[in-house]
Amino acid sequence: MKPEDRIKRRDRIRNFSIIAHIDHGKSTLADRILEKTSALTQREMQDQMLDAMDLERERGITIKLNAVQLTYTAKDGEEYIFHLIDTPGHVDFAYEVSRSLAACEGALLIVDAAQGIEAQTLANVYLALDNDLEIIPIINKIDLPGAEPDRVRQEVEDVIGLPGEDCIPASAKDGVGIDEIIESIVEKIPAPQGDPEAPLKAMIFDSLYDPYRGVIVYVRIMEGTVKPKQKIRMMANGKEFEVAELGVFTPKPTPKDELTVGDVGFMIANIKQVGDSQVGDTITHAAKPTPEPLPGYRKLNPMVFCGLYPVDTNDYNGLREALEKLELNDSSLQFEAETSQALGFGFRCGFLGLLHMEIIQERIEREFNIDLITTAPSVIYGVTLTDGTELEIDNPSEMPDAQTVDHIREPYVKAEVMVPNEYVGPVMELCQKKRGDYVDMKYLDENRVNIVYNIPLSEIVYDFFDTLKSSTKGYASFDYELIGYKESNLVKMDILLNGEKIDALSIIVHRDSAYDRGKHIAEKLKNLIPRQQFEVPVQASIGQKVVARSTIKAMRKNVLAKCYGGDVSRKRKLLEKQKEGKKRMKSVGNVEVPQEAFMSVLSMDDNK
Amino acid sequence: MRRSLYLHVPFCGQICHYCDFNKFFLHNQPVDRYVQAVEKELKETAEALPPPDPIETIYVGGGTPTAVTPEQLRKMLRAVRTYFPVSNEVEFTVEVNPGSADASMMRMLKEEGVNRLSIGAQTFDEGLLRAINRDHKAGQVEETIHLAREHGLTNLSIDLMFGLPTQTMGQWKDTLKRAVSLPITHISAYALKVEPKTVFYQMEKRGQLVLPTVELEADMYEELKQAAADAGMTQYEISNFAAEGFESMHNLAYWNNDEYYGIGAGAHSYTDSIRRRNFGPLPQYLKAVETGSLPYLEQHTVPVQEKMEEEMFMGLRKRLGVSRKQFQHRYNRSIGEVFPGVVEALTSRGLLASNGDRLFLTEEGKLLGNDVFEQFLLAADPVPAEEEN
Repeated sequence: MKPEDRIKRRDRIRNFSIIAHIDHGKSTLADRILEKTSALTQREMQDQMLDAMDLERERGITIKLNAVQLTYTAKDGEEYIFHLIDTPGHVDFAYEVSRSLAACEGALLIVDAAQGIEAQTLANVYLALDNDLEIIPIINKIDLPGAEPDRVRQEVEDVIGLPGEDCIPASAKDGVGIDEIIESIVEKIPAPQGDPEAPLKAMIFDSLYDPYRGVIVYVRIMEGTVKPKQKIRMMANGKEFEVAELGVFTPKPTPKDELTVGDVGFMIANIKQVGDSQVGDTITHAAKPTPEPLPGYRKLNPMVFCGLYPVDTNDYNGLREALEKLELNDSSLQFEAETSQALGFGFRCGFLGLLHMEIIQERIEREFNIDLITTAPSVIYGVTLTDGTELEIDNPSEMPDAQTVDHIREPYVKAEVMVPNEYVGPVMELCQKKRGDYVDMKYLDENRVNIVYNIPLSEIVYDFFDTLKSSTKGYASFDYELIGYKESNLVKMDILLNGEKIDALSIIVHRDSAYDRGKHIAEKLKNLIPRQQFEVPVQASIGQKVVARSTIKAMRKNVLAKCYGGDVSRKRKLLEKQKEGKKRMKSVGNVEVPQEAFMSVLSMDDNK
Repeated sequence: MRRSLYLHVPFCGQICHYCDFNKFFLHNQPVDRYVQAVEKELKETAEALPPPDPIETIYVGGGTPTAVTPEQLRKMLRAVRTYFPVSNEVEFTVEVNPGSADASMMRMLKEEGVNRLSIGAQTFDEGLLRAINRDHKAGQVEETIHLAREHGLTNLSIDLMFGLPTQTMGQWKDTLKRAVSLPITHISAYALKVEPKTVFYQMEKRGQLVLPTVELEADMYEELKQAAADAGMTQYEISNFAAEGFESMHNLAYWNNDEYYGIGAGAHSYTDSIRRRNFGPLPQYLKAVETGSLPYLEQHTVPVQEKMEEEMFMGLRKRLGVSRKQFQHRYNRSIGEVFPGVVEALTSRGLLASNGDRLFLTEEGKLLGNDVFEQFLLAADPVPAEEEN
């Protein structure tokens, strides 16, 4: 392409993404836009095709980003090139969201006409504003009986500061307002800037591993032009690769001779590990590199840790393979082998957040068919020993003895909860109980309040979501970001069964809540562990001090009376069932503990 | 050894809330056809699997064998002797419900050579009898015993149940006191187990069943052992107590892992190393027999490994336990070889004891029998689980 053609082409490009809360209609709107821009025939179109994986569809979230090139002939008669960049919809992936937003000049903000703005949406709007994006507000689902477009319009004005009259009323489901939305993409979203002839600056906003092609890198070209066979360099680690193929998604992958300023597409360059194509990194030419990478790159570190163990010990190698495969596609997933005396062989894994953890867990169970036991999620504690040594501990069982610890620091997050005002009381109560420090409370309108607390991350990972949901009847929306470390009065609490420590159940708790947590776990175990021949004490202890205990009474009687008129096989079946049940138990302190007992104590689902 | 025969009479005038045996409400049932089918099955079984020795024990159970008429029952009892050689010393037991056997029934039983009755007393508490839906009153147990003795039937056993819904220790002690004061030779006592396909099962699912705690049940069991011992009875098996010389030979045949015939709808048998189960539902059972085949629903040839396992988990129920010599004799291998370390482990847990040749349960072992028995299941090659219908 000639230089002047590249400029002409650049000016007809519109790059945008869609910001929406779960269920507010992002995928439906994306589908409508795809239809209007005839990227696909109806027959090719699978409903909500941007959400590729089953899991995403079921949970209504998008895990992997996608970028689609569309062409649209506007009312001015010109043909425009749209790149629709899809973003993940959860706080755990905030950084990835910010990078895909950085690949755009504009964003469609979808707000549900009945529900208004949610905390998550707001967080992404701020990300969009940070990236100087032109925001087009859309009030969707105006067809719903509970729709209050005027109230929501006012909210957009009050909360985000966008003029309310700019909101486009729409019903993506019924196709209402779609033409207006698409026209406003052309009119309002600026064309990309940047010099096609300058040294290459291509921003990576996602990558995925393909078993046949290696890593497929999703890029937005900010400056310069790139072509196949050129040598490129990853600016974060200096590694160089040769471009094998370039292209765009229409949404089928379609090879191109070059990608130039404003283009959003893929690059294949014989890259073996996703770790070599970090989101946010800048790709440049090896021969004529740019002196400055694009701003905003940072390496992602896991925030939440847990142990993953196969229920069936025979699945250990399968689990390793599963993690290795997932890691190919997910550079923020970390894992290393670990052994638990109670759970056997497994892996300590690090995740960006709770949702990330759940997704990985579910994918292992679903795609690799391995049943997992997941230990209580933990965070990274900063530990200073009395001799001044600094440690980072992400596994409670590795916490040093209390006598050697000078103090412990824990990560805090800024948590924003948005609720209808009748739930302010319960939310504040919950935040207080979770050791939160009050920061701010703002009325967004007569009815809705944004509450801000600084809360230890460890309290967030322990049943915060569920309690929040149940105490606000599901009306609260919630968002958090890491703000740093703070010293806390933390202790390691061990759970002992028949006098023997169960390493997998050790937790780090605030001293003030140790008794309650210990009592709760001891009671729970008492009810889940079958009676043994002897009495079994269950204790929660801090160091040598027992803070809570319960007792599993001895099994007094377990014998079958009758022979059922000579029905020996029935008797045998009962005994075999009993024996089979015990086989799935782990022996701790001479006590047979069913899997279920571990899972129930470790799972976050049904605490209290 | 195959010297025992079980005959099942699956009819009842009333269905108990705990019962999951193969039984049918008597009203409008084809009893006469059933009697003929039993006669035919006895004949064909004796032809297909000829008894190597005379029959030493016959047990007629149900259901309620005495729910049918004396003449109907007589035909079935007689057919046993018609087709099978029966020893002069036979132990011939019929289950009798209190109040369900009148003088003519007793007379018939005596005439047909029955010499032992098993009477389903269950409890002497009127309220509990109603709660478990028995169709007799407590006093009818004494009446039945009296009537039996008048007819020369003096070897009498009663069945008792404990761990019944809402049952207290006081109620159980009263029942035991009354039981041991009776002129009986034998007590079978079973803890209630709530089984699927019973009224109690439904009630339990709805939370309507208040059962005693395991502790109370264990205490009741201890009380039972004590009461029986005080009455001069020996606990010759986990659930069975007898005056000297009155152990049930039929029962012991099961625990000794001996073979036995099983006749009638839903009956189990063990012959030539094959365990079989007959069709339970009457139409299927009748059709099978009437069309000239034996009414087997399922058959399982017991491999030697299972025999050895069963020898242990059945045999250990007995006071005398399992003889090492006899085990060696039957299987040409020692218990230690077949179940390495198991006896030692259970002994160190205080559940198993030994006096030279014999291995037997300790008192604690009797309470935790299943934990012991389970240890004698060998890991490899388990029996394929067969669906119950």
